[in-house]
Amino acid sequence: AALHAGSMARAAAVADCVQAVLGSRASANRVFELLELLGGEDEEDAACAARACGRLFGALLQRGELLAGPLPAEEACLAGSGSAEDKYKAWMRHRYQECVAGLAELMGHGSFRLKELALCTLMRFVELEAKHPLVAAEPQGSRTFPRERLKVVVDGLLPINEDASLLISRFQEYMEYDDVRYFVIKAVTGSIAQVMQKTKEVTLLLLGRVWINCSETPILCVKWGGTGSVWKGLGSKREECAHKQAFEKMWLSFLKHKLPAGLYKKVLVIMHDSILPYMNEPTLMIDFLTVAYGIGGAISLLALNGLFILIHQHNLEYPDFYKKLYSLLDPSIYHVKYRARFFHLTDLFLSSSHLPAYLVAAFIKRLSRLALTAPPEALLMIIPFICNLFRRHPACSVLVHRPNGPADPYIMEEEQPSQSRALESSLWEIQTLQNHYHPDVAKAAAVLNHSLSEIEDDLSGLLELSAYELFDKEVKKKAIDVPLEFEQVRGLFGKKNDIFAEHFTLD
Amino acid sequence: MGKAAKRKRKVSVPSTAKGPVKSAMAMVKSNPFEVKVNRQKFNILGRKTKNDVGLPGVSRSKAIKKRTQTLLKEYKEREKTNVFKDKRFGEYNTKISPEEKMIRRFTLERQKNYGKKNIYNLNEDEELTHYGQSLAEIEKMNDIIDSDSDTEERGTLSAELTAAHFGGGGGLLRKKASSGQQDEEEEKPKSRKELIEEMITKSKQEKQERQTQRESALELTEKLDNDWKEIQTLIARKTPKSEKKDKEVEKPKPDEYDMIVRELGFEMKAKPSERMKTEEELAKEEQARLQKLEADRLRRMHGLDEQANKKKPSHVSADDLADGFILDKDDRRLLSYKVRRIGLEVTSVKASSPTSCSKQDFCLVSFCFYFLVPESYETFKSLLAGRTIEQQLIILDRIQKCNHPSLAVGNKAKLEKLFGFLLEYIGELATLDLPELRTIDKLVLPLYNLCQMFPEAASDSIKFILRDAAHDMEELIEVKGRATLPGLDMLIYLKITSLLFPTSDFMHPVVTPAFMYMSQLLTKCRITTLQDVIKGLFICCLFLEYVSLSKRFVPELINFLLGVLHISLPKKRAQGYTVVHPFSPVGKNLELLLVCDKKDLESWQKQNLPLSIVTRLKETSRTEMNHIRLSCLALCFDLIKKCAALYESLPSFHEIMHPVRVLLTQHVPVNEYPEKMQEWYHSALKELENKVKQYTPLISEKKKPVPLKQYTPKIVKVLEFGRKQGGSKKEQERKQLIQRHKRELKGAIREIRKDNQFLARMQLSEIMERDSARKRKVKELLGSLSAQEGEWKAMKRKRGKN
Repeated sequence: AALHAGSMARAAAVADCVQAVLGSRASANRVFELLELLGGEDEEDAACAARACGRLFGALLQRGELLAGPLPAEEACLAGSGSAEDKYKAWMRHRYQECVAGLAELMGHGSFRLKELALCTLMRFVELEAKHPLVAAEPQGSRTFPRERLKVVVDGLLPINEDASLLISRFQEYMEYDDVRYFVIKAVTGSIAQVMQKTKEVTLLLLGRVWINCSETPILCVKWGGTGSVWKGLGSKREECAHKQAFEKMWLSFLKHKLPAGLYKKVLVIMHDSILPYMNEPTLMIDFLTVAYGIGGAISLLALNGLFILIHQHNLEYPDFYKKLYSLLDPSIYHVKYRARFFHLTDLFLSSSHLPAYLVAAFIKRLSRLALTAPPEALLMIIPFICNLFRRHPACSVLVHRPNGPADPYIMEEEQPSQSRALESSLWEIQTLQNHYHPDVAKAAAVLNHSLSEIEDDLSGLLELSAYELFDKEVKKKAIDVPLEFEQVRGLFGKKNDIFAEHFTLD
Repeated sequence: MGKAAKRKRKVSVPSTAKGPVKSAMAMVKSNPFEVKVNRQKFNILGRKTKNDVGLPGVSRSKAIKKRTQTLLKEYKEREKTNVFKDKRFGEYNTKISPEEKMIRRFTLERQKNYGKKNIYNLNEDEELTHYGQSLAEIEKMNDIIDSDSDTEERGTLSAELTAAHFGGGGGLLRKKASSGQQDEEEEKPKSRKELIEEMITKSKQEKQERQTQRESALELTEKLDNDWKEIQTLIARKTPKSEKKDKEVEKPKPDEYDMIVRELGFEMKAKPSERMKTEEELAKEEQARLQKLEADRLRRMHGLDEQANKKKPSHVSADDLADGFILDKDDRRLLSYKVRRIGLEVTSVKASSPTSCSKQDFCLVSFCFYFLVPESYETFKSLLAGRTIEQQLIILDRIQKCNHPSLAVGNKAKLEKLFGFLLEYIGELATLDLPELRTIDKLVLPLYNLCQMFPEAASDSIKFILRDAAHDMEELIEVKGRATLPGLDMLIYLKITSLLFPTSDFMHPVVTPAFMYMSQLLTKCRITTLQDVIKGLFICCLFLEYVSLSKRFVPELINFLLGVLHISLPKKRAQGYTVVHPFSPVGKNLELLLVCDKKDLESWQKQNLPLSIVTRLKETSRTEMNHIRLSCLALCFDLIKKCAALYESLPSFHEIMHPVRVLLTQHVPVNEYPEKMQEWYHSALKELENKVKQYTPLISEKKKPVPLKQYTPKIVKVLEFGRKQGGSKKEQERKQLIQRHKRELKGAIREIRKDNQFLARMQLSEIMERDSARKRKVKELLGSLSAQEGEWKAMKRKRGKN
């Protein structure tokens, strides 16, 4: 109760202070009380003061009681010859500057509440300053956007050694305003170089996240009060163009730096739907993507998506694309996280009926060879996949029907699909899989024994299949009857030729 | 015409009311102008036609009548918004009897009036009544003698009295009263005809009564006769018996020989029974049984019985009484004791009998022969807590026997619960710091027995455990991104699954999920410690055991063994083979199984791994650890050997084993291993390399040629006329439904059209009526006007004349 009373009293005092300053210029010096509280240790005090500052300077900005135009040094302006009014305004402007600095400091505070409060107050200042500009606009009559304030905010959002994800998601709300977004992009572009030197992946990762979300709403309508000069006179087309240009520039400057593997993957994952569509010239990403494709492993798999968009929509010609794709197939493709994405794309690439039969046969053979190490959920996907390939390319059906073939001539190690002699081989691997322990896999593999139906299997449901789903489906099946073991139990390891009895003891 | 007749006769004979209508219908039908004959194109024998004759006039008049009753009413009330509502209580409710209805109405009325008046009308209390008359009124007219009332005798002076006192004025009064009464009864004098009719009916009634009397008398006499007959026989017997007493003495005594013969005749004869079976025969029978079971298993393994199971209709004999009685076997008890029929009990006895418990122990248990099935797991645990293995077994055995499902109804559910408890108990034993595996080893027996009794419940509880475990793992993966191998209890559960259920089935409600769970364990769980390796190898053993009969291919198994071999090698780039998740070619947790110490290598002896290692690794010394590592490696070699033997027949055996072979031949430092290990290694390698490459050419089923389209008409045998052929039952039903819908739609449209016509007609007639009325009025007016005009003109003329 005492604490509560204390906070009430403080709030009252702060409110009183604000009233006094706003009421008469004589008590202007009480601003220092607020600023002191703002820089104080106590969290409650700081929060209270931040709110009060927001109110106070907001009101002052609206009244125009802050000096507009270039600001002279404090001593100079106080000593100089000017009207008392001007002197007061300049002095107040200096306090405002101090307040902003204090708020910027608060953005690095430990508690999220304070951070959020500081952020919101600063953004309110940005809004008001745009309406009542402190710096004269260059073309007369138009309004400018307070870039410096925004820069302070952006710097606060990119702390050196903290996780600012929460704050960034709070900031999301402001990113819906186009002008804010535009200037934030510009500000970030400017500070990327420093940020990259100072901080490591965490910050950048968060940065990346900001951009994805912001570019999700590329509607160019100015909702907010702060319509800057940039937007005046420009058609919506050009507006968009400028926006995209800034966006592009930011990403390019970001990707210039060396990225750690994890970050690389994250960028590639969002590349196709959050970056490329919002660029003026997606072809600028060619270099980045080709390098990524060459790295190998999961990164290559992910780069495939962006490359596909470039090839498909922007006339990129990639030499030896299929050879490269072929070389990407190794046992790990069935086990990686991005399996669904990869096979979705591979399906797209192999959907052309103009591909040569040797190429498709090589793919079929390699995929089925690798399937010998695959988990059941991947097998349930890959077998219909292979069936679809057979349907599209009937020339490959020799793989499942060769009445008097030799032993397997296929060369697994060969990198060139044309040299792998896949077309001379047969699909014994699928025959092996007919003996798979999972009943569904065995059934699916048995399909290749018979003639295939004309209609292609739908893969979309199978791509994302997970082992747990498979298990769940199996467990939830209603059993009609449960066959039982007829051999009488003779103990835990009591079976005939029990492997366990050979190697384990019951101690 | 018909209606008039109906009304006339209704008074006298209501039962024959329908007669004239029928006759009218007959008349209509016989009238050729009323009948429309629907001509048939072909006469078909045996076809019954409903609509060969139509009566358009009748049906039209019927339709019009119906419309006037419904549609016209609606039409006339179309702009009337107020509705007549009958709010009388229960007016249309036929369930309430009239008396009750009246009572309820009365109470309702009372309730309605209760609050309204009583507050202010202090004086107007309830009216008190006596015999339905208000008391106040009775008081008022206290002295008036109501001569007309029925209460003459009570309230007024009697006739004799009046006669005595007042000179017989009462006679008149009485006469008057009696005549008044008569007047009430018969208001008008009966006509002669009616009188005669009454007489006739009376005489008829009397006649009938007499007849019934006669009949009942006849019946009674008959009954009496019967009874007498029964008694007569008794009497008839009794009398001779009393005479017989004398006779019996005279009768010669039966011969002893005869008696013996009789006795022998009645004595039970020994029936031929099945002879005792010799050992050989028993063995043969057992073998046959096992063979049958094995054949069953094989069938399930190939997944053949799925279709067979479903489409087998149960055979019903023509003589079946449908009383649910099935004679499976001859269930008469025979002299020779059949063991198998109560095999369960016998086996359970066997299980418990060899436990040579000391006398004292036995005493501990023996004081309680009867055990209830515990209701909760806690009571179950407390029942077994602190007992030795033997005692626990005995307790379990007794619980089973005391609560055999054949003894009481609820026992089945109880014992099913017991299975779950036992399973949980085993899990708890396995998770102890010092897992009591010996106990579990013994507890498997009752578990097996219970499972044999209740397969569904057992499968459900094991599935439940599996689902829980898989769910936990999935959650872990979602939260942490990685999972760890489960504790010893899950491993034991999986092992128990293989003991209780046939693992070779193509599809099994329990084993298939268990397979998938194990597969997830081998692919998703991180291998970070030596214990993880041991657990993994245990699961590999499980896999091998599961597929040992069916020889199914398990890719995860080979992957895992490859990975285990990989981590036994010194760190370097893997060449010629790739390891997959959970192992990685580079990174952490490599060299888990690498042993460099020469001494340890030399001192190693192959030892069986104790399972308790899994929960805690007590050997902390490096040497011991190294020995365990080497044992794991040896186990791995052995498993590879077994895999090779198992998968020999697979077409891509060499491709499957290729990475393992590369690793074994090129990377494993064989020479550094102790001799024993080298033996393991070589035997594994030999098994791998011995196999011949066998490629059977693949032949795919030939595509059936697509038949050319033919334009000859399709000829279908007509089995039943008048019914659409072809299609399955479902299809036929659908067609029928469509047809019915079409018909109904057509009918509805026609009805609507007719309704509209009817309405239009009505409107037209209304308009005509209105018009004619107007015309008439106009005419009248014009007439009166012209008359007026005429008069006026006449007057004018008159005036002019004048």
